[in-house]
Amino acid sequence: IGVDEKSLISILTNSNEEHKRSLRKGSSKLFIEDENGFERWDQSSIKILKHQFNRFRDAVVLSLLHPWERDARLIEKAIRKGPKHYNVIVEVACTRSSDQLLGARKAYHSLFHHSIEEHLTHIKGRERKLLVALVSAYRYEGTGVNEDVAKSESQILYEAINNGDKNKLLDHEDAIMILATRSKQHLQALYRHYSQSYDKNLAQDLEGEGILKDTVECLCTPQTYFTRVLEAAVKEDADEESKRALTRVIVTQKEQLVKEGFVPNKIQDILLGLYKDFMLASIASGDIK
Amino acid sequence: WGTDEKAIIAVLGRRNAAQRRQIRHAYEEIYQEDLIKRLESELSGHFEVTNGTIIAKAVYRWILDPPDRDAVLANVELKKSGNKDHVIVEISCTKNPEELLAIRRAYHARYKRSLEEEVAYHTKGDTRRLLVALVSAFRYYGEEINTTLAKSEAKKLHEAIKDKKFGNEDVIRILSTRSIAQLQATFNCYREQEGTSITKNLPKDSSDEYIAMLRMAVRCLKDPKKYFEKVLRRSIEGIGTDEDALTRVIVTRAEKDLKEIKELYHKRNNVPLDKAVDKETSGDYKDMLLTLLGN
Repeated sequence: IGVDEKSLISILTNSNEEHKRSLRKGSSKLFIEDENGFERWDQSSIKILKHQFNRFRDAVVLSLLHPWERDARLIEKAIRKGPKHYNVIVEVACTRSSDQLLGARKAYHSLFHHSIEEHLTHIKGRERKLLVALVSAYRYEGTGVNEDVAKSESQILYEAINNGDKNKLLDHEDAIMILATRSKQHLQALYRHYSQSYDKNLAQDLEGEGILKDTVECLCTPQTYFTRVLEAAVKEDADEESKRALTRVIVTQKEQLVKEGFVPNKIQDILLGLYKDFMLASIASGDIK
Repeated sequence: WGTDEKAIIAVLGRRNAAQRRQIRHAYEEIYQEDLIKRLESELSGHFEVTNGTIIAKAVYRWILDPPDRDAVLANVELKKSGNKDHVIVEISCTKNPEELLAIRRAYHARYKRSLEEEVAYHTKGDTRRLLVALVSAFRYYGEEINTTLAKSEAKKLHEAIKDKKFGNEDVIRILSTRSIAQLQATFNCYREQEGTSITKNLPKDSSDEYIAMLRMAVRCLKDPKKYFEKVLRRSIEGIGTDEDALTRVIVTRAEKDLKEIKELYHKRNNVPLDKAVDKETSGDYKDMLLTLLGN
């Protein structure tokens, strides 16, 4: 992931035409044999190159933007790109503080002349209700949880998941209300009660439920969510979107990553060049205020 | 309370929010107690509607900062059993986005919960979906209008009303997410398309709480001043006076657009609001209201 700029410079500037030809012949991913007798650039691989070269740029931009604008742009892009990206909306709505989310909503007004909720209404899928509710939240952030209510609400969720039609979960009004309006402390208490009462893990019970699982993880156990995203990014067969998540998570969560003791070893071996330096430095500086 | 009520009214009635805060501060320094807590204790335990309670309530409402006051009004409404005044609809539909936000913050500070979770907890069904959506709204503040969209959403509203599907997703979505400017355009398109205003097509004295709330939401969003004029008119006319509503409108709009609402009232009823209040109320409560009206 990324580009080893130094090596590229030394190889290319020191290569004569003959050497470059053998380079091209050796890169079957980038070049194909043209019938007219030359090694032709494979158009589709331009994209791959673009992605790799742009990683550093994206990291810079993401890092420099005001967090409100950054989050507003992340959300807008996710809405535009479709269902596979909705987890980004959940991520932003659920892992930022109430005031940070509010700031993102304000920035969204300035940038796109609409509220996030308005743009979300153009989503056709069943995720819409949940997403609108999540971005509209202005959760209480103080302490003080009513354990009885948390317990009874964990029961509501349990029944919704295990007794009802799992496919209809996204339409389950009570479940959505609980997830979208309760404070994070309350939801974490709910999470505990769920485990205690039913000997099951709420997030695991939502396995396969896409953004519902993401929602619960982001609200109750964000470090689990982020670890999962980072591991998916550095996997052997990771796709482009998973890799992009690396930049996003490291840049937006660096303080958390330091706190969680995220060890950069995993990414050290996989990243290249300036992009690698940027990412490692981000993590290292994560506890600088 | 006794003889100091007139002084309280004279002192507080003509002060703006910043000045009232200074007064509270000064009171605390001199008397070593929180003026608001003192007023709260005057209120609790009083269930007979004596003039003292009404005036205390009015003063209490007046002395709080506007966002705090609305948070209190919302909380009182939620905890009320029986006949609701749909104050929460009124609050969420007549305030601008920043004001609504301030109310949500004030609610956090005062009640250690978010407004939306309390609303979600105390309501259900269509009512819940509408109310949570309305209090959670953070509308775009711009004046831009998309006419094509307004036309199509006016149609959607018409379809829903025609089929009596008042609680359908489109209705709630349009009313709770669109900017005020866009909503006004939509209401205008509705009128052009259907020949009557949308409020006329919503059943008036419905026993269905949800429909009553929906109608109120539409009226508030469409023309807040007209809405408040009507609340005032209703609170005064007929048998007895609805002091709660009267106090609420005068106190909450005193620093906003009470002047225009007064003008509207005069036009509509051929008598100035001051005169009507003078006639229908008495004692220190009357003094309080008249002072606020004179502001």
